[in-house]
Amino acid sequence: MDKKLGVYICSGCGIGEALDIEGLVKVGRSDGKAAISKAHPCLCGPEGIALIKNDIAGEGVNAVVVAACSPRVKMEVFQFDPPVYLERVNLREHVAWSHKPNDEDTQMLAEDYLRMGCVRAQKAEVPEPFKEKIDQTILVVGGGITGMTAALEAAAAGCEVRLVEKEPTLGGWLNKLHKLYPKHPPYRDLEDTGIEAKIKEVQSNPKIKVYTGTEIEKTAGAPGMFDITLKNGETFRVGSIIQATGFKPYDAKKLDYLGYGKFPDVITNVQMEQMAKTGKIVRPSDGKEVESVAFIQCAGQRDPNHLPYCSSICCMTSLKQALYVVQQNPEASAYIFYKDMRTPAQYEDFYKRVQEEKGIFLAKGEVKNIAQEGDKLAVEVDDTLLGEAISVNVDLVVLATGLVPNSKPEVVKTQINPETKEEVPVPADSGRYAEPALNLQYRQGPEMPTLKYGFPDSHFICFPYETRRTGIYAAGCLRQPLDSAACMEDAAGAALKAIQCTVLTAQGRAVHPRTWDKSYPELFMQRCTQCKRCTEECPFGMYNEDEKANPLPNPTRCRRCAICMGACPERIISFKDYSVDIIGSMVKAIEIPEEDEEKPRVLAFLCENDAYPALDIAGLHRIQYNPWVRVIPLRCLGSMNLVWISDAFNKGFDGVILVGCVHGDDYQCHFIKGSELAKIRSSKIQETLQRLMLESERVEVHQLQIDQWHELPKIFDKFMEVIEKVGPNPMKGM
Amino acid sequence: MGSEKTILVIGGGISGITAAIEAAEAGYDAVIVEQNPYLGGRVSRAHQYFPKLCIPSCGLEINFRRIKTNPKIKVITQAEVKNITGKKGAYEVTVEVTPRMVNDNCTLCGKCAEVCPVERADEFNLGMSKTKAIYLPNSMAFPAKYAIDKAVCPGASCGKCVEVCAYKAIDLGMSGQSLTLKVGGIVVATGWKPYDAAKLDNLGFGKYPNVITNVMMERLAAVDGPTGGKILRPSDGQPPKSVAFVQCAGSRDQNHLPYCSGVCCMGSLKQINYVKAQLPDAQAFMFYIDIRAMGYLEDFLRKVQEMPNVSLIKGKVAKITGEAGDALKLEVEDVAQGKKITQVVDMVVLATGLVPSIADKRLPGDITYDEYGFIVPSDSGIVGAGCAKRPVDVYHSAMDATGAALKAIQSVVAGGVHHG
Repeated sequence: MDKKLGVYICSGCGIGEALDIEGLVKVGRSDGKAAISKAHPCLCGPEGIALIKNDIAGEGVNAVVVAACSPRVKMEVFQFDPPVYLERVNLREHVAWSHKPNDEDTQMLAEDYLRMGCVRAQKAEVPEPFKEKIDQTILVVGGGITGMTAALEAAAAGCEVRLVEKEPTLGGWLNKLHKLYPKHPPYRDLEDTGIEAKIKEVQSNPKIKVYTGTEIEKTAGAPGMFDITLKNGETFRVGSIIQATGFKPYDAKKLDYLGYGKFPDVITNVQMEQMAKTGKIVRPSDGKEVESVAFIQCAGQRDPNHLPYCSSICCMTSLKQALYVVQQNPEASAYIFYKDMRTPAQYEDFYKRVQEEKGIFLAKGEVKNIAQEGDKLAVEVDDTLLGEAISVNVDLVVLATGLVPNSKPEVVKTQINPETKEEVPVPADSGRYAEPALNLQYRQGPEMPTLKYGFPDSHFICFPYETRRTGIYAAGCLRQPLDSAACMEDAAGAALKAIQCTVLTAQGRAVHPRTWDKSYPELFMQRCTQCKRCTEECPFGMYNEDEKANPLPNPTRCRRCAICMGACPERIISFKDYSVDIIGSMVKAIEIPEEDEEKPRVLAFLCENDAYPALDIAGLHRIQYNPWVRVIPLRCLGSMNLVWISDAFNKGFDGVILVGCVHGDDYQCHFIKGSELAKIRSSKIQETLQRLMLESERVEVHQLQIDQWHELPKIFDKFMEVIEKVGPNPMKGM
Repeated sequence: MGSEKTILVIGGGISGITAAIEAAEAGYDAVIVEQNPYLGGRVSRAHQYFPKLCIPSCGLEINFRRIKTNPKIKVITQAEVKNITGKKGAYEVTVEVTPRMVNDNCTLCGKCAEVCPVERADEFNLGMSKTKAIYLPNSMAFPAKYAIDKAVCPGASCGKCVEVCAYKAIDLGMSGQSLTLKVGGIVVATGWKPYDAAKLDNLGFGKYPNVITNVMMERLAAVDGPTGGKILRPSDGQPPKSVAFVQCAGSRDQNHLPYCSGVCCMGSLKQINYVKAQLPDAQAFMFYIDIRAMGYLEDFLRKVQEMPNVSLIKGKVAKITGEAGDALKLEVEDVAQGKKITQVVDMVVLATGLVPSIADKRLPGDITYDEYGFIVPSDSGIVGAGCAKRPVDVYHSAMDATGAALKAIQSVVAGGVHHG
């Protein structure tokens, strides 16, 4: 589209007192190539907005550059209907509030930012959303309590649902339970599972189509257009997926030190449920009704050799099962040996109620030994309450075993390293499960990536439904150890996200976090060299590949981080409003003073979510810093393309600084690996520097949290000291 | 204002923000009613989240951007719900809005606060610092506008801020208003408040300045807190050489809060990290009944257990008394050793529990509460979320709020069917 640029410079909030506004107006017209360039004392007021709108209507301005406050504020007033493109230039927080007023360097900074904004407005287009015919059916995989609840919740919100369960019947683990511990106040009494009613509710719901006794053969496509093939041969299309494929109890055979497999009267909590449900609680060895039972908590859990995590539900489960024992026989005794009794929130009431029961004894202690003594089992415990070893003889020992997600990655398999041809173990986060669930036809693997212990959970505290496979949401015990009440709540949340994904996708919008974003990547395939960087580095598995290794984009899987754009050495991946050319042109728009002017220039690429706002807050606090730094915000530091850096040095920049989010185990990058990838790429920058005969000190990569706004100006100042020491870029002026 | 397709969210903390955004992104209109002049609630006052030790404002930045770019979300601050009538799918809600006296023209230029002659205790920092009577609630404040504390502002008789404001953003005569909202579903995300530590008289809060609460510790560690992020003893402004964390300060106690507050164990383990990050040589003690680190939060517990000079002791603190040099003596029933021990430290942090904000001031409308004032799920179109329902951490609040958004949507859908 032919651009008619209007530049509007605000002189309010101290901008006018710090800068030569007339000078900026001229820069807008000359270097910025704006048809109209004006100043106003309060651009965000009704008069200022009217000024801009009049030019749009009367003068045909279709690209507006607002040079005023940070783009993070006054968003609601600076809004113009498409096709008008809006660019914000931050003259307030990043210039007037943080640099010496009426200073040559401050003015140069403002003029550069204006040139950068103008060139961006010239080059960028308002994105046209990617729209295809979107199916809004929800697929739920797994017919346990989580899956059934998710199906019902989605149906109650008006959605069509398909529910696939591999067993011949619905219900999952709850079919096997005798009772539930209390979910309702006053949290004292055991409750029925209600599972039969729940199954009937699902089966009779006209919006839910149930498939039992079959599994997913494969899942092809992308959000809004997932093509599902079942093992029974049926095929259908859905918009999004809830994966509720549950857990397995930890294999008690591995707990031989607790006598499992050795003594018939050592059983698991699952076996205990089955016994309570089907009849009397007896000793498996001789069928005698039990008079005494010992429950051993953390049977495998909280143990680095077994399950390092806490399974969250076993304390409450053993308290419940202890009640089974004394309710069957009021004279019977139940002992619970625990490390910490974990009955959070209102569940404490149930704990207290069980403690009141006269036959139930609780002790903090560690089990030292279990041995057969006559027809009883002698359980020896280091009782930390009494500070001595105690021993009880019981009829039955119940091991409170924990939960293992069915998404536990396959670890036994190996793969061939394509380069060395050696056999290497499949990494934990391989996207392959020991028991396949979705069989995604994705280049990055057939299943959702998982966290440390095999749960495909979100890594983000604020965003529990973040997923690395767009449109696919894990729920229930698959994503973390939860009890049935929590699973049901989680199912509702996952259902909301699944519905929302189809709604946003139908509008051509991204799903979390960039839900406002309607841009999507377009590839100039003629120049693709099949290097596979985009298909490998996309954190969300957006790209498939054809047999010749050409990338096949699936735009509805895309989260608009532009990590692929940063990865591409051929620079063929672009968004309408964000491309290698657009950012590269901004870099080129910055004026580099001659060496003898002794005004070095540093280019700073900042993550738009954390580092950029941090610099705004520094401005809000009027923290001053070096005026020789030029900041460009990036969607994610992972979208940084190396060519910008070599361009910058070729142009005469003296240094480049990259500031992104924390990476590593506790990564904070909202696009999973963006800041880490930027760090990896920066090692390649060193090669570029060597090639250009430049010092390695000229590039720094930093990790910054948003609350380190007081640190960022110091980081800039320190880097500038380094640059002054290293001296000017010898290519300046060449 | 509103319609039967609108969802009302009461409370603008992490649960309320999440519920509103999730509903809006699923295609429904959402209105957030928040009593403070800013969104973010308790999380905006936390220094870091466990177990990642990441920064709450990082997630708030994304959430605020989702709100700013979504015309389906309306935010009403300094407002309270006064009445709810109607039924599932068709509620009428009366909201009373206190005048902010600062309008949307505010640009954050800050000239007003420069000239304001009156100071007030900053509630954001739990009274540990001061702001002017006209103030920006915090660095991340959204809505990004100053606010005026009516209780201390002398009003038109002063008027200095009005004179200096170039943008006509201040109207000291602004009057409150009563709004009527028509909505189809309601999410109650009114959150929690800390249990009043002054009620724990054996633990010396209010008597000894160096006995503080866990919420105060969050502000001491936060960079925009009263000490600029430095952990210092209130009595002398010196860094403590030893800090004791007293768990279940009120929680799991028949005389105070019979329930477990769910998050205080992890909260103290996190705060031990704050102390050790700043003061690596400091001693940290944590006295607990049970350490409740659920799920894979266990990893975090293990990490803290392995830190040097950190002692996690199973024992109930019976009494705290003052010692020379503003130190504090803890008398503890050490369960592991089966005897009473004493420990002298420089500073004590009480892990006070969570009380539902509406425990003593219940909301109008068809809501069921348990005996502690937490909302019990029911079939009504008024849905509890997050800590209004039970004491939970941020992750589980956001999880629950997402589900609550769906429940509210279902109420809208049910209403739609009802109204044809």
